[in-house]
Amino acid sequence: MSSPAPILEAQGLVKRYGQVVALDGADFDLYPGEILAIIGDNGAGKSTLIKALSGALQPDEGEIKLDGERVHFRSPLDARRAGIETVYQDLAVAPALDIAANIFLGRETRLRGPIGRVFRLLDKRGMRREATRHFSELKIGVQSIKQAVENLSGGQRQGVAVARASAWAERLAIMDEPTAALGVKETRQVVDLIRRVRDRGLPVILISHDMPHVFELADRIHIMRLGKRVAVVSPKTHTMPEAVAIMTGATQAELEQALTKQEPEPE
Amino acid sequence: METATEPPSAQRRPTRVSPLQAARRVIGAPAVGPFLALVLTMAFFSWRSDNFLQAQNLSLVLQQVMIVGVLAIGQTLIILTAGIDLSCGTVMAFGQIVMTKLAVANGVPPVEALALGVLVCIGFGLLNGALVTGVRLPAFIVTLGTLNIAFALTHIVSNDLTFSEPPKLLLYFGRTFEVAGAEVTYGVVMMLALYAFIWYGLTQTAWGRHVYAVGDDPEAARLTGIKVKRVLLSVYTIAGLMYGIAAWLLVGRTELGDPNAGQTTENLDAITAVVLGGTSLFGGRGTIIGTLIGAVIVGVFRNGLTLVGVEVIYQYLVTGILVILAVSVDQLTHRKSA
Repeated sequence: MSSPAPILEAQGLVKRYGQVVALDGADFDLYPGEILAIIGDNGAGKSTLIKALSGALQPDEGEIKLDGERVHFRSPLDARRAGIETVYQDLAVAPALDIAANIFLGRETRLRGPIGRVFRLLDKRGMRREATRHFSELKIGVQSIKQAVENLSGGQRQGVAVARASAWAERLAIMDEPTAALGVKETRQVVDLIRRVRDRGLPVILISHDMPHVFELADRIHIMRLGKRVAVVSPKTHTMPEAVAIMTGATQAELEQALTKQEPEPE
Repeated sequence: METATEPPSAQRRPTRVSPLQAARRVIGAPAVGPFLALVLTMAFFSWRSDNFLQAQNLSLVLQQVMIVGVLAIGQTLIILTAGIDLSCGTVMAFGQIVMTKLAVANGVPPVEALALGVLVCIGFGLLNGALVTGVRLPAFIVTLGTLNIAFALTHIVSNDLTFSEPPKLLLYFGRTFEVAGAEVTYGVVMMLALYAFIWYGLTQTAWGRHVYAVGDDPEAARLTGIKVKRVLLSVYTIAGLMYGIAAWLLVGRTELGDPNAGQTTENLDAITAVVLGGTSLFGGRGTIIGTLIGAVIVGVFRNGLTLVGVEVIYQYLVTGILVILAVSVDQLTHRKSA
């Protein structure tokens, strides 16, 4: 069976904070076109792993490869330049600006020619057109692309953040607890949205505490425990209680039982 | 999610517009409130005083407004980033003393005296900005400090003397031309030009969007890749430039360098203008057009109260109440939207 090469992989990542070992030789891989969910108890190293992959911190040991080439991200900006976009739990949006302005925030396009170069005039119409296109492709419903983000519902706001990530991510998108702050109905909308992002070909790393959604969305589930990747399971072969048993290390017997099942092959 | 975005053509469909909507389109929705307040204020004073609506009096209002108006431009930029500048009036006063003293007492050529005066103000803006971004001090404390420094330097450098008969260049913005029987100073034209310039920067360039985003939520702005410190530093520096130009206008209006000018009312009036103009003290919300309207409201109040015969000390009382009212409205609407 020939599996495709991983788009992002990491080997033996170690990160220490004084006496505390946050990452203790963690491995990681993400394959094209999949949603990989990362689960783990608090303190298992989930967020440290994600920070290392998104450039928010530098691991002490180990290596990260993007498309097979070794990379060293010194900042989230480095990772972004390499095509990795991150959606944060607490919505990194500017509420008073409109949707189109938020999609292009920090990456505004100016008009061509001297008007743009010398007078720095923004290409507002072009940016609105592009933002409208992204929104209709992702089937995010809003009245107008000129609405201020603060007038949107929580789900729609997160929709703006996801649309921005999917618009700019050339390689992959990281979504860090994207539904943690949302209600039931809005969570549903964002879950559907993440699936559509994957269906359009962008691989997604999803960090979530919400087991039902993890099992609904993920193609593979990466389980962290004590700073290591202890298993990668498929929602098709493992049940939720089994995943939780691996995650918490419940009892040795339960763990062995859960682990003896076949590891899934990436599609 | 419910429906797909409506096609852009739907937004361009000609629809009937009510006068209020038309006004909103012209001056921008957030400035409608201040605009109505201005109309009401003017209606009130023209009812109470026959002289108020005279062309000559209105041109006087504009002349009185131009200095506070230009200070308020810098103040708006800083308040948009959720800061505040308590030093604006005293920095202008110091700039005014530097340019007049150099030109009058030290015989420095007018152009150089002017340039140095403006540069001193830019320097103060830069200092404020550097302390806010570098040492991460609250703007309130930083500018309270620079207020006192600029105040002291004004009196030390001037030795409490006034400098009269400054060169023509420094008086340029006090010169007038006639429009429809009313005298208009070049200073008023300069003020309007500066408003147009900053309006362009805030609404038509990426820099403007970054100013709003930084004021809204600096951490979110940083995560989208905006260089927050650079934006803040640019805002404080441009504010300093505005105070420098205001100093030039001040000399044009008073025709001398006076260590006591610009120290008392201008500081608070500039902040009042910004707040009355609908800019939120919490940052990220507001318009420069609103500030222009706010500055005119302040000018109309001072002028109208004088015409009606209210003593100066009561004018302070009224402006104080006005600021608190405007800030309360800001706080209440902010709470509702948050």
